[in-house]
Amino acid sequence: MTTTGAKPEIAVLVIDDEPQIRRLLRVTLEANGYSVTDAPTGKDGIVQAAQSRPEIILLDLGLPDLDGVEVLKRIREWSKVPIIILSVRDREDDKIAALDAGADDFVTKPFSSGELLARLRTTLRRSQPQTTSVLFQSGDLEVDLANRQVRKKGQEVKLTPTEYALLRLLVVHAGKVLTHRQLLTEVWGPNAAEQTHYLRVHIAHLREKLEDDASQPKFILTEPGVGYRAIEQE
Amino acid sequence: MIEKGRPNPDALLAAIQSEAARKTRGRLKVFLGMCPGVGKTYAMLEAAQREWKNGRDLVVGYVETHGRQDTDALAAGLPAIARKELTHRDLLLAEMDLDAVLARRPQIALVDELAHTNAPGSRHPKRWQDVNELLDAGIDIYTTLNVQHLESRADTVRQITGAEIRETVPDSLLDLAEIELVDLPPADLIDRLKSGKVYLGERATSAAQNFFREGNLTALRELALRLVADHVSVDTQEFHRTQPEPGAWKTGHRLLVAVSSSPLSESLIRWTRRMADSLKCPWLAVHVESSRPLDDAAQSRLEKHLALARTLGAEVIDTTDDNLARGLLRIAQQNNVSQIIVGKPSASNWFEWWRAGRLLRHLTRESGNIDLQVVRAEKTGNAPPPPRWRWRPRLNWKQYAFAAGILAAVALVNALLAQFTGPRVPGFVFLLTVVLLALVLERGPVLFVGAASALVWDYFFLPPKFTFIISSTEDGMLFGMYFVIAIVLGQQVARIRAQELAERLREERATALYQLTRELAQAGTRDEVVWQLIAEVGRIFSAAAAVVLPEVKSLRAHPDSSLVLTDKELNVAEWAFRNRQAAGKFTDNLPGSDNLHLPLTTERAVVGVLSIHLPLATLPLARRDLLEACARQAALVLDRVALRAASEQSKLVAESERLSNTLLSSISHELRTPLAAITSAASALAGSKTPDPDFNRSMISEIQEASARLNRLVGNLLDVTRLDSGHVRPKLDWCDVGDLVQTTIRTLQRELTGREVKMEIAENLPLAKLDFTLMQQALTNLLLNVVAHTPAKTPILLQVRRENGHLILSVADSGPGLPPELLPRIFDKFVRAPDAPAGGSGLGLAIVKGFVEAHGGQIAAANRPGGGAIFSIYLPQTETPPGGASA
Repeated sequence: MTTTGAKPEIAVLVIDDEPQIRRLLRVTLEANGYSVTDAPTGKDGIVQAAQSRPEIILLDLGLPDLDGVEVLKRIREWSKVPIIILSVRDREDDKIAALDAGADDFVTKPFSSGELLARLRTTLRRSQPQTTSVLFQSGDLEVDLANRQVRKKGQEVKLTPTEYALLRLLVVHAGKVLTHRQLLTEVWGPNAAEQTHYLRVHIAHLREKLEDDASQPKFILTEPGVGYRAIEQE
Repeated sequence: MIEKGRPNPDALLAAIQSEAARKTRGRLKVFLGMCPGVGKTYAMLEAAQREWKNGRDLVVGYVETHGRQDTDALAAGLPAIARKELTHRDLLLAEMDLDAVLARRPQIALVDELAHTNAPGSRHPKRWQDVNELLDAGIDIYTTLNVQHLESRADTVRQITGAEIRETVPDSLLDLAEIELVDLPPADLIDRLKSGKVYLGERATSAAQNFFREGNLTALRELALRLVADHVSVDTQEFHRTQPEPGAWKTGHRLLVAVSSSPLSESLIRWTRRMADSLKCPWLAVHVESSRPLDDAAQSRLEKHLALARTLGAEVIDTTDDNLARGLLRIAQQNNVSQIIVGKPSASNWFEWWRAGRLLRHLTRESGNIDLQVVRAEKTGNAPPPPRWRWRPRLNWKQYAFAAGILAAVALVNALLAQFTGPRVPGFVFLLTVVLLALVLERGPVLFVGAASALVWDYFFLPPKFTFIISSTEDGMLFGMYFVIAIVLGQQVARIRAQELAERLREERATALYQLTRELAQAGTRDEVVWQLIAEVGRIFSAAAAVVLPEVKSLRAHPDSSLVLTDKELNVAEWAFRNRQAAGKFTDNLPGSDNLHLPLTTERAVVGVLSIHLPLATLPLARRDLLEACARQAALVLDRVALRAASEQSKLVAESERLSNTLLSSISHELRTPLAAITSAASALAGSKTPDPDFNRSMISEIQEASARLNRLVGNLLDVTRLDSGHVRPKLDWCDVGDLVQTTIRTLQRELTGREVKMEIAENLPLAKLDFTLMQQALTNLLLNVVAHTPAKTPILLQVRRENGHLILSVADSGPGLPPELLPRIFDKFVRAPDAPAGGSGLGLAIVKGFVEAHGGQIAAANRPGGGAIFSIYLPQTETPPGGASA
């Protein structure tokens, strides 16, 4: 077992029925300073999640006993532990269902280990209690959540209240995919859940105002068929 | 030309069909006797014992041993189904429990006394109908029958013995049966009778004694023997039909029997059936309807006769003509009839005799090359006497009053007129009145006006006035001629009108049927057919109807039905469905039901049941025919719809089979290539002893590339499968097309490195309604296609614009362009350019096309004038994007 630095190891629970994937993830994750427990079934996974109290869970959707989304819902009944879905299912409906059920991110198999580790880091960072930052920074963009101010290259950018509400939601969950439904119900209310054209128009406006080149967005990314994600740039 | 010595295909088909029918249907074995007491039941039980010992599953459905010890002993060893007890007017009656036998499903069931009449409240009025149902269920039946109970022989037996035969069994039931004759010399039988071994029922024995005279018995025995002999010869013929037969039938006989409401018809029908039987030829039973309406009793007798003819295997035709002979000859000529059979008039009734004589003369004169058989027909049973010509008390007082009123008015006008013209002109005015009234009134009132006006003319106008006396010879002749002209004219006009009426009714029927046919022909789906059928039947019969169709497990009434069926009625419908027979009201099957249930049958299958609620006491033949014709028509259409659906399904299956074959052969190669790369690279890494970083890196990149290729292939295969299974239904949503293009390019960053991608997106492009993911996939495939088929660094031009209500997305390059011969097939599956680099599956463009077409759009491929290829996607945009986004 290798550990990097003196940091305490982060406990990861892998719930996947494929032994090969479990083995591979264990090797990769342990090499990068995580401690790994795994479970081959959904029920076992729920028990492990309760017993070993992992700091993050990697969950496969296609489990032999329970559907992954069901496992997700059951864990979410009592825990806010970050959960990343790992699945071969690449249909948007599955992604949306998982995200709406409380998953923090979605990685489609096959994936590169680099990508997985990056997602793990982002998710973990976001899940930590934010003490300091009422100020969000990404590149030359600043969002002052306390004063409801947005600055680009130091210049204040004027946003409508709806645009600001949308931006605030994306920024607070930076790195995480927010589904259309989540964005629409949060910003416009539950009756607007199907009105995706509101989103399209306002996202376009936000990009006009905030991106360097609105035709090549770097800050607000489209997750095709699922939703949007704000990217925190160094 | 049919070669000699080869069996007629139709006959062969019939033979095969009856062979097939025999296989699925149970076999009927009949123990036939000449009369009660010959030991049929005993013989049947003996045969049953043999089969039982051979291990066949056998039950006694119903056997009556009448307490005879030896018979009892034989029956005792066999398993029996408990009888079902019914109470009828305080009488406890035991009948065979049909449902119990059906549920038990033995191989053989014993059912005694085929001709037995069931107790009221049973499913069928007759036991032979129970047996028929058991046979349909595939159960073999052993049964007993006396020859006198056979429909076609009943008449003869009655003539021989004078005994009335009430219980009869249709001959058709025996057509496929095996007959075993239980024979006993008459003298032996009489001995048995004397020693009390014959059960004679509750009847007075004197009557029975009369029946069992030796002369009678000999005649009955001959009848039974002849029947069995005939039956054997039928068997031989059936056999011959499958063998080449030198020389076809010598005669193309076809018999026609004239059927009326006269009680004599019944024996005439039986006679014709026997005749047709011995000639082995088809026969028709024809009723010619005249304009004279029949009373209820006559109508029901007529229907009974036609039903009898149908049961005996005749084709029944109903036609209209006021002239009986003309009607018969017309039908005879239309159907190539060789012989017409009519009854010989009985001498007891002069009117009948005169009428029948006239008919015979007419037939003889006009029949040409058709033979005429005049058969002595006898009244059977205690049917009412033949209807004499009598005054029908069905007077239409209104018409008579109207006629009288008009006559009085015309008489007044004539009285004025006569002052100027003399007495003869009023005569013609009266005549004119008669003719005009004949156009609106029935025959009776017209004849009344004819006679009355003649008298009025004579009394009031012809001199000497106010007497019926006519003074001049001239006036006398005029009066005589007037009288004849008025009556004949009135009669003729009324007759023509009655004929017109009959013709109109007939035409209405034809029109109704035609309309139904047309409406049904237009219906494309099962639901539409059902809807039309219920609507049309409702319109024609002014009745509520339901269509019952087979669902997965049970029968269900179609939700469009205008008639709600109770569970009980649904059971009747199910019976009709399973047994392919009409059931319920107006039928012999479960007649206690409120509705008539007609199975919708074609030659191939039974597709459902039409249930109709007709609040009538009896169902006239014409209505029934029309209803059955409707049911037949609907069945054909329903069957056709089902067949079409099945053939489309099988076409679909064949297509996907073809695809999966191509898929397997083409894909196994595509799958194995990257797998081979991965395997060899991995093993090279495992086997390398010296850690050479460059070598390792190159092997790792091989693995990565092969994996990416595999992943892409799997993705393409999944997309194709989804498209083929019809599961691709775009989730149309308002999308920012610019965002779509951007996202696509961003996810392809790696593949597009080194290429300039120029984007021309129209200004102020409104939101478009499309499935973001599908279109992203389509664009991705188009871009990957360019990447695969153009040299590195070839620039790509992406254009998005809106024109004529279409969103147009095009991907253009300045590469080598598309081979012209490939253009027509470029979007087909597994089509690849001859010089295409390895790694593609030939699916990418097919998927693009599939996705675009799922959007209702189109895709085109062409070569650009300046070189290079261009692919353009056209997506129809009918809606304008909603505003108010800042709600």
